[in-house]
Amino acid sequence: MSLLELEDISTRYGDFQALFSVSLSVNAGESFGVIGANGAGKSTLLQTIAGLLESPTGTVRFDGEAVEHLPAHKRVTRGISLVPEGRRVFPSLTVHENLQVGAYGKRKGPWDLDAVYGVFPLLVKLRNKQASFLSGGEQQALAIGRALMSNPRLLLIDEVSLGLAPVVIRHLYEAMADVVSSGMTVILVEQDIAQIMEVADRVCCLLEGRKVIEGERGAISREQITEAYFGTRTG
Amino acid sequence: MTWVNVIVQGVLLGGLYALYATGLSLVFGVMRMVNLAHGDLSILAAFICLLVVGVVDVNPLLALVVVVPLVFLVGYLLQRFLLNFTLKGDDMRPLLATFGLSVIIQNGLLQGFSADSRGLDAGRIENASLALGDKVAFGWFPLLILVVSVLVIVLLNAFLTRTQLGRAFRATSDDQGAARLMGIDNKHIYALAMGIALAIVALAGVLMGIRTTFTPGIGPARLVYAFEAVIMGGLGSSWGTLVGGIMLGVAQTVGFQLSPGWGIFVGHLVFVTVLAIRPSGLFAKTVS
Amino acid sequence: MTGPRDLSVQRSTTLSKTALVIGVVTVAVLVSVPLWADQSTSRTLVSLLTLIALAQMWNLLAGYAGLMSVGQQGYIGIGAYSLWLLTDVFGLHPFLAVPLTGLFAAAISLPTAALVFRLKGGYFAIGTWVMAEILRLIVANIPQTGGGSGRTITAVAQMPVDVRMRGTYWLALAAAVGAVLVVYAILRARVGLALTAIRDNEPAVESLGVHVFRAKLSAYVLAAFGCAVTGAVVYMNLLRIQPDSSFSISWTATMIFIVVIGGVGTIEGPILGAIIYFTLQETLSSYGSWYLILLGVLAVVITVWFPGGLWGTLVRRWGVHLFPVQRRLRLGKADEPE
Repeated sequence: MSLLELEDISTRYGDFQALFSVSLSVNAGESFGVIGANGAGKSTLLQTIAGLLESPTGTVRFDGEAVEHLPAHKRVTRGISLVPEGRRVFPSLTVHENLQVGAYGKRKGPWDLDAVYGVFPLLVKLRNKQASFLSGGEQQALAIGRALMSNPRLLLIDEVSLGLAPVVIRHLYEAMADVVSSGMTVILVEQDIAQIMEVADRVCCLLEGRKVIEGERGAISREQITEAYFGTRTG
Repeated sequence: MTWVNVIVQGVLLGGLYALYATGLSLVFGVMRMVNLAHGDLSILAAFICLLVVGVVDVNPLLALVVVVPLVFLVGYLLQRFLLNFTLKGDDMRPLLATFGLSVIIQNGLLQGFSADSRGLDAGRIENASLALGDKVAFGWFPLLILVVSVLVIVLLNAFLTRTQLGRAFRATSDDQGAARLMGIDNKHIYALAMGIALAIVALAGVLMGIRTTFTPGIGPARLVYAFEAVIMGGLGSSWGTLVGGIMLGVAQTVGFQLSPGWGIFVGHLVFVTVLAIRPSGLFAKTVS
Repeated sequence: MTGPRDLSVQRSTTLSKTALVIGVVTVAVLVSVPLWADQSTSRTLVSLLTLIALAQMWNLLAGYAGLMSVGQQGYIGIGAYSLWLLTDVFGLHPFLAVPLTGLFAAAISLPTAALVFRLKGGYFAIGTWVMAEILRLIVANIPQTGGGSGRTITAVAQMPVDVRMRGTYWLALAAAVGAVLVVYAILRARVGLALTAIRDNEPAVESLGVHVFRAKLSAYVLAAFGCAVTGAVVYMNLLRIQPDSSFSISWTATMIFIVVIGGVGTIEGPILGAIIYFTLQETLSSYGSWYLILLGVLAVVITVWFPGGLWGTLVRRWGVHLFPVQRRLRLGKADEPE
């Protein structure tokens, strides 16, 4: 059954409309990929699900309940957690404190400090370091770990690979494979098509704020996605 | 008075300024907001204490048990139901709103209590003093104020670093959007920060009311001294704020000793000098 | 998405052209007031005109340069005291001295800016206040100025009353009209666009290479000049200078109330605000504290719930602009009638 259902989402930033009547549903335990070019509306979509942005129209149903009017912090306690674009770790807090803050919502579940340090062993020796001194890859690991600390049922991850070296990206995706295999429902946003096709069960592509293609990983071809991505053929 | 004695008095006065400054600094740290009614609210607390002492005949120090939580509540509600609305958009809005508030409080107090000087009587401790040799003597009460302000800074630091709520304060200060993604209600955090800040200045206001006299109009000067201590100490540095407060206290006391008319001026002068030479303050944590 | 169409930038509207005509007529009538009205009328108008001039200066700082100053009383005090210095000490004619007081303030504002511009946002505000306090304390501690009890500006007090009243009236009118025109000119010029951009998005403007610092500094120095000259005009009527009142924060409070009530960031707002403030003052100021509490409440309510002030609310409702400073993108050619 579907854990998340979006219907007719049309989020705006002031005068700029970023999404146009987007609907989609994500099943429990699934890993769902959202791809699209820069400015296609991917981050806006995740922020609307997390509650940082609100769509004037449509509904966001999580686990059967309407959550579109809940503020972001209350959606966290329901079990929605976003790893934001640009990582946004708390720069003046230590790695350990960042993780502790992640558990602010006090949701019960399998993820605690030990479990996160288990998935990201590189964080262990950095635990007392201030997050602003971390490398990009370390910050990304911390951002994912911090989100896991809230014991989400739905984990939203915005552009893990942004600005990171390929070897670092591989490590992160390996760690995420562990997370996915633990049964967590994940929505991944990427510009990099190849990367996401390895992890996601199902993908959709956004073009200028509209959903242009959606399907199982095996059911759509590279060419179809490339076309949808660049909008070379409409339809 | 010998100069050593003058400096000792200045250090003790600085303890009071540091207390005012700690509240100002907390609010700025958490929500980048400056409350222009900061000083007036501390005077309001002193007047509330005067009322409490008038109704139930207790020592003003005991009345703190009522005054401090009450002012905390005032701060929480003020932020939650008024000032939070001004944090969106133009960063001038909180300044304008708190400026209006400052005028309301000053004139409200003037209306309710007249412009007469008031004082709070805490009994014998007010005048008890300790002599060290025949040159240096200081009052127990000013020393108590300094100790209280050090204690407040220690406790506040412990709260911010050791508790989950304190970490949430710091996380919100770093990035309120990311903090919301951790399940932190930033509006509640802002309101708590204002509550705590005002509880601290309420303490400062009452202690000042015991130490000297007060009138409805002296709030703005408290705000200015708090500000000077914060800037001299360096934004975000709690111990810097204490040092800034002490520097200001010493400068003013020395100035008064030179000529009564120039006391406050010398304080301003030291502030301006620090601003000119080291604009980020003496103990700045972050340079932005 | 709209396709390519004819776009034009439109600045004046029919309404603003009408306003221009009305404005010119109003100023012409105002110029003639001392010739036919009695002294109390011109005295009343002097108060209103100086309020408009002061409010425009604060508006220039806050509304266009994003500088929240609570220290403009420093420059008003400088205006008052340099009027005394230029007339009683240097023997200049008061009418000549009034505009020159602005130069003193401008000269003081430069080093002051060098210090307070190091502070941001709310701390800038308190910083300007400290600077005004420093000026007050210096003046109060110099025995020659009369110290804390102040002194009377003899040269002004000894002028024939009708000459003084007329001259003061025209100076006040010049200050008000000058303030409105200068702010208007600045807004129309590129520096105005740059300042509006500062308010809206500082880093973006910086990357465009606009000298933000210089634009802010110009606004600050100009406001110091304007406040001093207007302050001198005010003291042409008050005659007695005294540190606590000449350098009182209530001057700046008045400016803030007017601009907030009328609408920050517009030219019309402060004029409207000054008229409202003046009316309130005339009718309610006998209530003392209650009157000030009312002003405080108004300021809070407007800031929190009607951030554009009265004029901003009107503009949002009906899109009225009397002073065409906004550049509006319109579909269609520029010369098309509305």
